[in-house]
Amino acid sequence: MTTMPASVPTAVGEALTRIEGRLKVTGQARYAAEFPAPGLAYGWIVPARIARGRVRAIDIDAALALPGVLAVLHHGNAPRLTDAGDATLLVLQDDAVPHWGWPVALVVATTSEQARAAAERIHVTYDEEPHDVVFSAEHAGTYIPDHVNPAQETSTVLGDVDAALAAADVVVDATYSTPNEHNSPMEPHSATARWADGRLEVIDSNQGAFAVRQSLATLFSLDPSAVHVRSEHVGGGFGAKGTARPHVVLAAMAATVLQRPVRVTLTRQQMFSLVGYRTPTVQRVRVGADASGRLTALDHLAYSQTSRVLEFTEQTAIYARVMYAAGALRTDHRVVALDVPTPRWMRAPGEAPGSFAVESALDELAEQCGIDPVELRARNEPDVEPATGRPFSSRNLRTCFTEGARRFGWAGRDARPGVRRDGRWLLGTGTAAATYPARVTPSTATATAEADGLFTIRITASDIGTGARTALTQIAADALRVPLERVRVLIGDSDFGQAQLAGGSLGTGSWGFAITEACRALRTELDGGATVPPDGLTARADTAERVQALPALSRHSYGAQFAEVAVDLSSGEVRVRRMVGIFAVGRVVNPLTARSQLVGGMTMGLSMALHEEAILDPVFGDVVNHDLAGYHVATNADVPPIEVDWVDDADDVIPTGTKGLGEIGIVGAAAAIANAVWHATGARHRDLPIRPDRVLFS
Amino acid sequence: MERATAATITLTVNGVAHSLDIDHRTTLLDALRERLDLTGTKKGCDHGQCGACTVLVEGRRADSCLLLAVAVAGKAVTTIEGIGGAAAGEALHPVQQAFLDHDGYQCGYCTPGQICSAVAVLDEHAAGWPSAVTGDVGAEEIVLDEPEIRERMSGNLCRCGAYVSIVAAVADAAGAQS
Ligand code: FES
Ligand code: FES
Repeated sequence: MTTMPASVPTAVGEALTRIEGRLKVTGQARYAAEFPAPGLAYGWIVPARIARGRVRAIDIDAALALPGVLAVLHHGNAPRLTDAGDATLLVLQDDAVPHWGWPVALVVATTSEQARAAAERIHVTYDEEPHDVVFSAEHAGTYIPDHVNPAQETSTVLGDVDAALAAADVVVDATYSTPNEHNSPMEPHSATARWADGRLEVIDSNQGAFAVRQSLATLFSLDPSAVHVRSEHVGGGFGAKGTARPHVVLAAMAATVLQRPVRVTLTRQQMFSLVGYRTPTVQRVRVGADASGRLTALDHLAYSQTSRVLEFTEQTAIYARVMYAAGALRTDHRVVALDVPTPRWMRAPGEAPGSFAVESALDELAEQCGIDPVELRARNEPDVEPATGRPFSSRNLRTCFTEGARRFGWAGRDARPGVRRDGRWLLGTGTAAATYPARVTPSTATATAEADGLFTIRITASDIGTGARTALTQIAADALRVPLERVRVLIGDSDFGQAQLAGGSLGTGSWGFAITEACRALRTELDGGATVPPDGLTARADTAERVQALPALSRHSYGAQFAEVAVDLSSGEVRVRRMVGIFAVGRVVNPLTARSQLVGGMTMGLSMALHEEAILDPVFGDVVNHDLAGYHVATNADVPPIEVDWVDDADDVIPTGTKGLGEIGIVGAAAAIANAVWHATGARHRDLPIRPDRVLFS
Repeated sequence: MERATAATITLTVNGVAHSLDIDHRTTLLDALRERLDLTGTKKGCDHGQCGACTVLVEGRRADSCLLLAVAVAGKAVTTIEGIGGAAAGEALHPVQQAFLDHDGYQCGYCTPGQICSAVAVLDEHAAGWPSAVTGDVGAEEIVLDEPEIRERMSGNLCRCGAYVSIVAAVADAAGAQS
């Protein structure tokens, strides 16, 4: 029997460096495209070069004649698939082209150079149809979706918004817009598939190996146990690898046809049409308040686009449902289906663009009322969740603002815009609030006491850079009441069973819940005198029932964002000089990696505010700037010192007491910067990104 | 006469000479990853836009996706595997240790490129090279402060947004070295 010391130091709360850190800094961590396989062949996608129509003919002879070419798959010869509930995966099934970049063929060859050269020799002729790719809020095809992502109400109405607006002392009525933004993780999507011992073995770059396994099983009409998906190290995702993407389907198809290992890796250019992106939005926000800045009405209507392949409506207007005590509250969504790639999740879908509009509108209200923006938000703190009346499990937004204002040096801020100068630079400061839901979903995990005294945890979690592997090890060690060194957490393997994917800030809470349950069960067995057999003693947990039984509380993380900017009116350049973000995120498992997550989110928020914008060509329907030179993401030189911290936020609704860190950092960041630009210049920027030309002509 | 589309070359990587029959179209990056199983060097864009593929060629940093393998035959290439710590028990380079300590990464995919770049930045600075933000390019000594590090490291994108920690790591390593 294993005996425990009376008190074991707690691992949760320790600033541990990453368990896989040494592998990552030495180049030894292998990502999906980096596992050698004997006989490996390379697939290269031939993308559609029209935005709408049909493939009339594909001439593959020239390609097949090239050295090394093994096969060309297209809709005329590819294996048939069964719909797994995601039509973006039904590739090479018919002649329809729903958007530019849709795969019309896959060339497979013995080297990637051969496959790529052959792909250029495939001659496709199309029956082109007129396409419709230009998004606007006035589009005639705009409709009211049944629900918004993932399964939330399209609209909520509380009170009479129009009457309240008519009676308000002060009204802000403004329209905001955000462009197409692309997740652009640094690791392009890649999958290697092969058949071995009657199983489809797949190494894939994804945020949830179990979900990918389920999709592949359905698509290829296989028993789920005959599909094995692994994703040990993943080079970022931000939602773009949330579920299966076409590359893994194509790899599995080719491996099945050729009966040899096949790897399909997307090019950076292909990622702009095949893995999702954030829809452009147009948002009308109307805010009514009394003279003291108390909200009497808040109306948020968000427009976005989807594709004709799959309806995905970003939940942009849900932000206001949680945030402020307005007497009357209405949130609503409209969507239009265009001949464009399918938008999907991108870091804080809903809250990221929604907070830009609402938190900008509140800044405009503060200006009109002559009230400090921090004070304005404090005056509108709700007692219960506004849209639902649900009690909050915890809500420490005010503490975030108090602490943030102190650290930033907000007190005594001169509210007048356009009056501070540092040489050619106009200076300004801005703030915004942030929130993101802290949900959990059912997951399974096992905990094994090994005969050598070590413990092994297995869970189909994914570490896309969040530090999940490390945080889960800390959680497991505490639940087992053993030192960290005795715990090994294995992740990224669909054989470990169902688990939440790494997305929606759901990971640590959901996985940690299952791990805690499994570890406690094992601890109980061991404490009860159970002996560990040579092949180990395993306890299993499935949190389905416990998650179901959680109280119906409004559980969210919160944050206060502060930014200082410098604006050069002669060039239009905006530089962020510093940012401070203070967050209420429940318990922090690992301060080192938590800080990285929050800073990373704020950095992407800066990038959203100033740089990111994919331009869709109305003539051809493709993203013109479809690479990392044209689609600018923040570089090192764009990013100033960013100070991040958190406040006490005890919230033990779930065992880990965590709320998730992946998204909250980006929420509100762009609004804080836009509000600071107003404070610097006196010009409101309601359209992102705040480009030099927009600054010059504002 | 048929033109040759492949050649036999010697690629010297991390001090080891490899004789390779190589397709003329193969980039140094693909030669490393697909032929030599040196997968520490990453492919983020294949177009010289992200820096994930940064290696040292004759001690100077270069995007290996922009170099044809045949063009570097005979030159000394250093990849992340040659910087340090690749073998069990082998010491980490101070830059690697600083990235680890400062959490100068998240997903880790840009990291080998960042580290190779940072190693080169320290050498470039030691050699007195100015950057675009250097105030006085004729100065006796250029101080490698945070703006200098940011500028010099801007060829390496990090979508996880680890720049703040990367700057801290490089500053730390620079301090340790000087
Ligand atoms: S892969 Fe070479 S610069 Fe991006
Ligand atoms: S650590 Fe993920 S891209 Fe830099």
